[in-house]
Amino acid sequence: MVRARNLSKRFDTRRIFDKVDIDLDVGGFLLVTGPNGSGKTTLLRVLAGLAAPTGGELELPVRGEIGYLGHEPLVYKQLTPHENLTLFARLYRVPDREQRIRSLLERFALWDVRDKEVATFSRGMQQRLGLGRVLLHEPKLLILDEPFNALDTAGAALLDEELATRSARAVVVATHDPERVEGLATERLGFA
Amino acid sequence: MRYLSDVAALTRKDLLLELRAKETIPAMLLFVLSALTIFHFAIPRGSSDVAALGLLWVAIVFTSLLGLTRAFVPEREQGLMDALVLAPCDRSTIWLGKTIAVIAFLGIAEVVALPAFTLFFSGLTLKTVAAVALADIGIAAVGTLTGAMAVAGRARELIQPLLFLPLSIPVIVGGIGASATAGPKFLLFLALYDTVFVLLSWAAFDFVAAEA
Amino acid sequence: MFAIAIVSVFFWAPSDADQGLSQRIFYFHVPIALTGYACFGWGAWKALRHLWKDDPNADLESYVAIHQGVIFGSLTLITGSIWAKISWGVWWVWSDDQLVLFLVLFLFYCAYFMLRYSVDPGPQRANLSAVYALFGVVLIPVSFLAIRLSHSFIHPVVFTRSGAQMTGTMLTTFCICLAAMLVLFVTLYQLELAGKRLDTRIRELKELLT
Repeated sequence: MVRARNLSKRFDTRRIFDKVDIDLDVGGFLLVTGPNGSGKTTLLRVLAGLAAPTGGELELPVRGEIGYLGHEPLVYKQLTPHENLTLFARLYRVPDREQRIRSLLERFALWDVRDKEVATFSRGMQQRLGLGRVLLHEPKLLILDEPFNALDTAGAALLDEELATRSARAVVVATHDPERVEGLATERLGFA
Repeated sequence: MRYLSDVAALTRKDLLLELRAKETIPAMLLFVLSALTIFHFAIPRGSSDVAALGLLWVAIVFTSLLGLTRAFVPEREQGLMDALVLAPCDRSTIWLGKTIAVIAFLGIAEVVALPAFTLFFSGLTLKTVAAVALADIGIAAVGTLTGAMAVAGRARELIQPLLFLPLSIPVIVGGIGASATAGPKFLLFLALYDTVFVLLSWAAFDFVAAEA
Repeated sequence: MFAIAIVSVFFWAPSDADQGLSQRIFYFHVPIALTGYACFGWGAWKALRHLWKDDPNADLESYVAIHQGVIFGSLTLITGSIWAKISWGVWWVWSDDQLVLFLVLFLFYCAYFMLRYSVDPGPQRANLSAVYALFGVVLIPVSFLAIRLSHSFIHPVVFTRSGAQMTGTMLTTFCICLAAMLVLFVTLYQLELAGKRLDTRIRELKELLT
């Protein structure tokens, strides 16, 4: 699913990372660890197809099969959860749109507030919605950048469940505090 | 077909955002009325109607600039361009959806501004109205692209006017020409501008939206 | 090359019948302007190469060409306004199409630099710069047409310059000057490019050492 050979990225002349090799198949779980500012986010953006690598070879699934959750929930704060998910479901051509949105919102305990503006939500709720957005189209490759940072307890429990039961997908998680998902990882990449 | 439904979903999103926030359109309306009021004092009595028409075009370009500067703010504030770019639709749909929303905002501002102009200054010919409509297309197309460029950098919205105004000079020329002279020459020029810059912006947006 | 150009401008070419000595600035002004166009055109060509073929050197080459273009553009504005002062007694004439067009381009390409400096170096900056550079070459003919058309409502009388009616010696002098300017551009272009590349190389080495 993800093949990287000798992958490198630099900003101008500054090296962010060098000589990264990745082999990740369906069911695989890549844990990227390292302190803040060590290049984890940049690597994840490259793997999501949002940034171009400077050198090396990279093989990724096609664009619509990737789900990426960054530090921000990546939802429109002026829209409601339902409107947000409808927009992305249309763009990702999700079949049985209404049903899928409903089941996700119920699962993430957001069904009751589906018609309220996201701006009125707590950070934890927003991040839960963000998680719902990346799972909406059943991505084959799920990329999560520090996913536990902003999640509340309920959201974190849902994410644990989602990560443990990954059936048809590969997962990449970056975190500076790996204990929570340590047991799930099949591959590791440490950044200094 | 798929392309059009993606564009429709994105335009709908922008209209919905404006409906909620109610920021851009009221600001544009107030701005264009203020500008026309200031122009009343700026042109001495006895000036020709052409001078007033020139100022109408200045008001239109600067009002549109106000709207265009805001165009990508929702995406920029929350890093949402990433989410849109990752969707499996053609990236130019993001540009087209936004451009159509901007044309709608401009249209609303002008529905108020043009009657206000006839009330304050002088009547408008049908040709001027046609020129305004043609100009809106070019302004929105180019301005949306430069808007996306501006939010990519550190200077954010600050450089939007700098990027956009040199490109808008031909629109001003075409618009004033259409208002002040006879014959279809200037309308054709505006149509030419629209064609060239719509195609160019449409083709170029892919490179502006993302680095990969 | 440059020396030949200067000598031929001042000693060989015949003085213009009604403009006299001042007409000689024409041999600088017009070649400088044409070289400016060449710079912008070359910059846009390299921009296209960057977007289309992903040529890794094209971004820097495009930037350097446009940088030279702005220098030649500024010189066009200066020589143009000196000429205007001598010929018409004013520093600025809106009726000179070339001068107005260069003003528009000057504003446009200054914005290009603002854009370039507001984005961190990397593929994103290269893409944005390239797209804007392409807009520039499209803007040149469109603006030129616009400025031409604008005479019909701004100026009742259109000034036409009898540029084409040159005698043989004048034409030769003109061609020598144009060639000299182009050689100057190519030299400066290579020089700046070499400098920029050296700078990158030094920073890379510094990075390796730390």
